[in-house]
Amino acid sequence: MNWRRFGVVAVVIAVLFGVVIVIGKSQTPPLIIITSMLTTTIAVATPLTLGALSGIYCERAGVVNIGIEGMMLAAAFFGWLASLYMNSIFGFAPTPSLIIGVFAAILSGALFALLHAALSITFKVDQIIGGTVVNILAIGVTGFLNRQLFFEKNSIFGGNVPHAPGVLPSIRIPILADIPIFGGIFDQQPITIAAVALVFITHYVLFYTRWGLRTRAVGEHPRAADTVGINVAFMRYANVLIGGCMAGLGGAYFTLQSVSSFEPLMTNGRGFISLAAMIFGNWSPIGSWAASLVFGAAQAMQINLQIFRELIPPQWAFLQQSYIVGLAPYLLTMLILTGVVGKTIPPAADGQPYEK
Amino acid sequence: METPKEQTNGLIKFLRDSANALLIPLLAVLTAVIVGGAVIASAGGNPFNAYLGLFEGAFGSTKALSETAVWSTPYIFAGLAVALAFKGGLFNIGAEGQLAFGAVASALIGYLPDQMGVRIPAAIHIPLAVGGGMLAGAIWAAIPGALKAYTGGHEVINTIMMNYIALNLTSFLLNGPMRDPDPLNLSARTPEIALSARIPPIFAVLRIHWGFVLALLIAVFIWWLLWKTTLGFEIRTVGLNPDAAKYAGINVKRTTIITMALSGALAGLAGAIEVTALNYRHELGFSSGYGFDAIAIALLGKSNPMGIVLASILFGAMRNGATRMQFLTQIPVDVISVIQGLILLFVAADTIVRFIYRVRVQEERVTLTRGWGG
Amino acid sequence: MTENQIVLEAKGITKQFPGVLACDNVNFDLRKGEIHALLGENGAGKSTLMNLIYGLHRPDKGEIFVNGKTAAIHSPKDSIALGVGMVHQHFMLIPVFDVAENVMLGDETVKRGSLDHKSVAARILEISAQYGLNVDPNTLVGSLPVGIQQRVEIVKTLYRHAEIVILDEPTAVLTPQEAEDLFRIMRDLTARGVSIIFITHKLKEVLAIADRITVMRAGRVVGSTTPQETNEANLASMMVGREVILTVDKKDHEAEDEILKVEGLSARDQRDLETVHDVSFTVRGGEVLGIAGVQGNGQTELSEALTGLIAPTGGKVMFAGLDVTGKTPRMMTEAGLAHIPEDRQRHGLVLAYTVADNMALCDYYRAPFSKGGVMQPQALDENARRLISEYDVRTPSPYVNAGKLSGGNQQKVIVARELSRNVKLVIANQPTRGLDVGSIEYIHSEIIKMRDRGVAVLLISAELDEIMALSDRIAVMYRGKIVATVETKKTTREQLGLWMAGAQAQAA
Repeated sequence: MNWRRFGVVAVVIAVLFGVVIVIGKSQTPPLIIITSMLTTTIAVATPLTLGALSGIYCERAGVVNIGIEGMMLAAAFFGWLASLYMNSIFGFAPTPSLIIGVFAAILSGALFALLHAALSITFKVDQIIGGTVVNILAIGVTGFLNRQLFFEKNSIFGGNVPHAPGVLPSIRIPILADIPIFGGIFDQQPITIAAVALVFITHYVLFYTRWGLRTRAVGEHPRAADTVGINVAFMRYANVLIGGCMAGLGGAYFTLQSVSSFEPLMTNGRGFISLAAMIFGNWSPIGSWAASLVFGAAQAMQINLQIFRELIPPQWAFLQQSYIVGLAPYLLTMLILTGVVGKTIPPAADGQPYEK
Repeated sequence: METPKEQTNGLIKFLRDSANALLIPLLAVLTAVIVGGAVIASAGGNPFNAYLGLFEGAFGSTKALSETAVWSTPYIFAGLAVALAFKGGLFNIGAEGQLAFGAVASALIGYLPDQMGVRIPAAIHIPLAVGGGMLAGAIWAAIPGALKAYTGGHEVINTIMMNYIALNLTSFLLNGPMRDPDPLNLSARTPEIALSARIPPIFAVLRIHWGFVLALLIAVFIWWLLWKTTLGFEIRTVGLNPDAAKYAGINVKRTTIITMALSGALAGLAGAIEVTALNYRHELGFSSGYGFDAIAIALLGKSNPMGIVLASILFGAMRNGATRMQFLTQIPVDVISVIQGLILLFVAADTIVRFIYRVRVQEERVTLTRGWGG
Repeated sequence: MTENQIVLEAKGITKQFPGVLACDNVNFDLRKGEIHALLGENGAGKSTLMNLIYGLHRPDKGEIFVNGKTAAIHSPKDSIALGVGMVHQHFMLIPVFDVAENVMLGDETVKRGSLDHKSVAARILEISAQYGLNVDPNTLVGSLPVGIQQRVEIVKTLYRHAEIVILDEPTAVLTPQEAEDLFRIMRDLTARGVSIIFITHKLKEVLAIADRITVMRAGRVVGSTTPQETNEANLASMMVGREVILTVDKKDHEAEDEILKVEGLSARDQRDLETVHDVSFTVRGGEVLGIAGVQGNGQTELSEALTGLIAPTGGKVMFAGLDVTGKTPRMMTEAGLAHIPEDRQRHGLVLAYTVADNMALCDYYRAPFSKGGVMQPQALDENARRLISEYDVRTPSPYVNAGKLSGGNQQKVIVARELSRNVKLVIANQPTRGLDVGSIEYIHSEIIKMRDRGVAVLLISAELDEIMALSDRIAVMYRGKIVATVETKKTTREQLGLWMAGAQAQAA
């Protein structure tokens, strides 16, 4: 655990919260602002957290994965599609449809991950090119199917977007959710809860189990692992697939939890920002989670500044422009990558195909 | 010089290498077309009619050929941009943002004199607008280049971030300060550029413009730059082996930034030409998708300028022909994206293609991923 | 009798890699409790044979028997199960894991779902005590000195109850003292019934420690013998296939003016640790100063700081009267430096370029190779042909990619490029590592030629024999400091070995 880095995280989040509080305090009490920001931060950090976990599983095993964006996009689309099918065509109730959608999303992520794994591990294609292929295919396939299914008269939906089954309901933890200020943390939708749980599960698996030891070995020094009888290709395939499932769950957030519709390219770079969170967190689950909270806070700030538009004093007028405020996550990412917050050390064999 | 025997051997080797170099991309395209046909069929269409419509729309008339050339032009510039970066060992995924910035800068230089009531002769205005676009693109790419050189920050993520930043900034500009004040205008777009900033079409009735010719010339120039000049030697050496480059006395940091700047300039040029030669303004959404296509073109063309010209014409033909295909067969133009994705897949995983067609040639593997550095 | 029982036998082993027949119908056997040395020069096929026995590759033809029974070895898992353990030349250890994690990898002890670090650590301490290996299970492997890392590798094999242990070039990274320690451990092991295969190319060691010696050359077994029946010269000629001159012909040469003067030089490595502390020495024209020392004592950073690849953190470097501290590689080259780098494929060559391009790698930017920013292919061609002929580089044409050349010829390209310039100082770092005997002889003679011409030569090498054969004076480097400087004639191998091990700093 790098305390300096956590310190930076805390400071940045405090600053982002602070900006909103200062601007909005004449309209809303600060404590309520804090609660609202906290809840929003944790919620919007969900896809980033899951994306970072996806990256961690892949890269800890030695496979660079920049296709997380494409996996999320594909998962968002196919998960939504599955929930529509279940709801409109098979007549399932909303919540079961959504749950099936989530599983479809996870499966889509895994399938694209399988493609990436095959390209990187078996065909030994350059891993960044492989990830780009995944992204391009995902954009193409989702764009094509989106048009074909919802705008073509002959399609199964008759050329219209059917009424969507809504979004996943929140789950409220009884006593904890009543805590003042921080209670909002414990009233979240399922994917968010799953994401946080997976952070800690991944931490345990990676550092305390046999699976984690072998995974890390394969990412640090695959030949060493090979010489003690570990199947390097199998470990890499398995971890990339797990990563794909994580990305798939992250994609489900967009169309099954956050909003109930699909827009082309709706992931909007979140898959790439996840990579920055992973790098900033030094390829560890908890560190990456902290980083994704920073990005979540930046996004929460953007959302809340739109709510308080009118209160922004004239000299800060640029904050009224959502496009300008929306730059925050991207600028933050670049800043983090300069290493000004400290050096990060990737797994030693990250990105190198293994040849016997 | 080489002995006669060496020269003949060299020639044979060149012909054989060229044939080999073309073989895999051709087979990749063929395979993608076949798989794409299956996709079309599964969506309820007739693949043969689709491809016929595609071909007709791309090459079936003088107008079609002209349109294909129009579509290919930005691809050539953007493909060269990505390829140049590849040769320097860099992954420029930011062509999209550099292109957008170049377009915005060009448009600004194009319409500002009109708004200010100043007249500039075309001989100055056109180079100014085009050059401004190139400069804007160069700067946009040099930033991640410098970050990579001095902080080790990987250019993959930084160029992608610059894309989103460019998207946000251009959205802001085109909806705000740079928006076309014409009361009939409903879109996020700039005013039209001055007449003096417009590059004329080659023939009065067709849209094909001198930018296409420029693109071909630039392709030759880039080939010369990379393989015949000292700078090109340095760029390629850094791309192949940065450690040996350092040992050879090359300033790796400086070369990295120059490579990215040149790459960005080419992408910016793509945007500038679209503004000054075709649309005469910049509109939000017009530059969408070129970035990733450029990567596919660079890979398909094996980062070789000649190959890139061919690949660009292929992609341009597909984009152009798709409208006709949709008109004739009701298959949505988006299927082109799927086919292009498949082409990229098969080019990247050329081992698959080799396996299917039992091709034995061993070629150099393109490896750019060296981890995240830092 | 248990002593003569054959525990491992390989019959008719053949293995073809693309372009090279690594093993050609090889027969090899190992008796219980013996130390059987496998001798041969670089590329003879020794490592390949062992990798086949260990299961990292499968032989094309042939069979392997363990304790008389046919062994089906498809992966290291199988050979480990049969009691075979291997310590590789380049350690198979993960620096960010601790000793216990490295040892248990692949054979992990698990308690209630999580790794049982404690019991593994306890077992390691047991083994460590039993064989006098002195290994702490909780230290990070990356922070251990090389000699201890090797012991961790040995513990790995014993942890898995290995009865047959293969050691691949184990002394390449050890001081003479550490090598003695290793031999003691080996004798300990054999006394307890472990059988050892010991791969090496060092003749002295083989005569010192082996019970039997098998010589391989170009993928074939040339013969087997015992230390009693043979000597160095005999073994050398078996290894190479012809008479080998084991010493270099070197006449006395008067050293001339001071060319390189290093004062208080310090430098840091990639992990920002200071690996060169306050180093001072001088090299004169017409002399060879050899820097002796086991790898990892700062030699890499020393040569990188002197050649401009990294910036020193302190001290001064004077080159022919000019202050060149912290100057770039190009400035050093222009001042008259020739650098034969440690890692020829990483620093010295661009493998994807032609031989012709590589021949001009450091001078490409100036006339005649470049005029007005444009490259001149004719000049490159002439230069390449001349150097290929002068330095006897075996290549079908100057337009072959450097990556296709053999190791020896790749090094010749570098030597040709560097030494054909107008040089005042040559810095050669591990110049003959991994090369065949013929190339080694050639490079040694080139170094002496330069010296005889009045050029100053700084030779950095981990091969003590090479240092002693070529150098006029020797400086020993240990943990980043120069602990001794002597004339070669006035010292012995044993004395140098003691200094290399940090045993005693030289009296001022």
